Amino acid sequence: MRGAVLTGAHFMNGDIAAAEGAIAAGCRFFAGYPITPATEVTERMAERLPEVNGRYIQMEDEIGSMAAILGASAAGMKSMTSTSGPGFSLMMENIGLGAMMEIPCVVLDVQRGGPSTGLPTLVAQQDMMQARWGSHGDYALVAYCPNSPQEMFNLAIQAFNTAEKYRIPALIMADESIGHMTEKVVIPEQGAIHLVGRKKPTVPPEQYVPFRPDEDLIPPMALAGEGYFVRMTGLTHDEYGRPAINLDAQTKLIPRLTEKIHKHASDIIEYEEMQMEDADVVVVAYGITSRCVRRSVELARKDGVRAGLFRLITAWPFPEKKVKELASRVKAFVVPEINLGQMVLEVERAVAGRVPVRSVTYHGGGLPSPELTYKTIIEVAK
Amino acid sequence: MRKEIRFTGFGGQGIILSGFIYGKAAAIFGGKNATMTQSYGPEARGGACSSDVVIEDGPVSFPEVTAPEIMVVMSRDAYNTHKKLIRKGVRVFYDQDLVQVEEGLGAEFIPIPSLKIAEGLGKKIVANIVMLGALAAGSDMVPKDAVKQAILSTVPPATKELNEKAFEAGYAQAKQVLEKIKA
Repeated sequence: MRGAVLTGAHFMNGDIAAAEGAIAAGCRFFAGYPITPATEVTERMAERLPEVNGRYIQMEDEIGSMAAILGASAAGMKSMTSTSGPGFSLMMENIGLGAMMEIPCVVLDVQRGGPSTGLPTLVAQQDMMQARWGSHGDYALVAYCPNSPQEMFNLAIQAFNTAEKYRIPALIMADESIGHMTEKVVIPEQGAIHLVGRKKPTVPPEQYVPFRPDEDLIPPMALAGEGYFVRMTGLTHDEYGRPAINLDAQTKLIPRLTEKIHKHASDIIEYEEMQMEDADVVVVAYGITSRCVRRSVELARKDGVRAGLFRLITAWPFPEKKVKELASRVKAFVVPEINLGQMVLEVERAVAGRVPVRSVTYHGGGLPSPELTYKTIIEVAK
Repeated sequence: MRKEIRFTGFGGQGIILSGFIYGKAAAIFGGKNATMTQSYGPEARGGACSSDVVIEDGPVSFPEVTAPEIMVVMSRDAYNTHKKLIRKGVRVFYDQDLVQVEEGLGAEFIPIPSLKIAEGLGKKIVANIVMLGALAAGSDMVPKDAVKQAILSTVPPATKELNEKAFEAGYAQAKQVLEKIKA
């Protein structure tokens, strides 16, 4: 029997690395429905969770999967599910339930081409706005964009830490290419893995108010079965978790669900900068696209154009401040993505017309060609 | 320095496993960065299938093969599908009992009767490992020992001896062919 942390260097694909990252983060419950290109996550979890005293359930569908992980997490298990496009759509309602009931969990979307059944086996990045706005109502979540199997491992751990800390469903917005590529993944010693657990109540049960936030806007979370009275509902609720269908309760609760993320945005946001020190043209990319267009940046540099790469590691919250700051010193932005222009809208919003922003759209079904982005860099540099 | 290799054949020949082992050899035992990708979709089920390995000293940016230096071809179908990549400067390892190649493409063709050799060892299934042996002899991308370690750390323990024999047989065969070509 293998342990929870497979310390050492492995040659594994991104899906499997994400599963291993989750297990290393302490995930012991997985409910899912296999779907290409996320099937390997489910397979790995089915094989591995019994080895570490965890539970794996194959559910009837993705609606049930999402519901099951919310229930398991409310009872104290670090929980996860994984899916792709059509399944992600089905999960939307219960992702909103997780946001409303403030239940930590992790959802991995290995993006394929859509809409609908689309391209089951082929790459796209078309769910990026759905990750932000897919469930109805106002809420804010955190979404990570890994660009290698190693990062699938690392960000799975990070997603669990973030989910636990802020009491949210944390999303990992991977793509088919990253999920299916096989590379070296180095898994550290268990002691070297930093884990964050949810905040527990420090008061006795009779004084516990389940949705009364601390100064950080996050309420401590008692687990079902610990002796605390825990009420949870998808209805707008008061601090006691009682349904409160009125203006006052809505005004107290809903802005906080968004504010608890925005207040901590600078702690949450992660990005990587390459050749940005002297950059005139900034390429903003994420996931597999951020790897393919590294070549575009190199080609542009060879032509004497000072191009740089700004890689989003968190898509949500979007690094608005940083992009604003860049807009005051660079000449243009180029935003390649495997969709018809989604995250470019955020770049445009942050840049607010100060410099040109050019969208480079790839339709999905194949890797982004570095040449197209290279040509756009050269055009905007003129 | 970027190096690209493509393994091709039909589903069931262990083409994907070959790519996995070669990539693992480079990344885990060869001190390089390597990315392995594979063909998905209906064509990967029984029809022509392929796996790509890209090896770099630095990070691998674009993960798929566009101009391979080496190709392994184990079926007629795969040969036709991937022929457009066969040109001058490409070294092609192929099984002459499974594939007929055309001269005139400018590539260097290395015939390795992998299936026959594997049959001689008692198991057709190790033909892909014979090819990996040939590759270890005919390319300096990954050291021989690294490929061997990658094989032995991947295959089921009970089959280690057979796989090692297959690997060595492929290695010896390729050495012979290459010497002949030189002479």
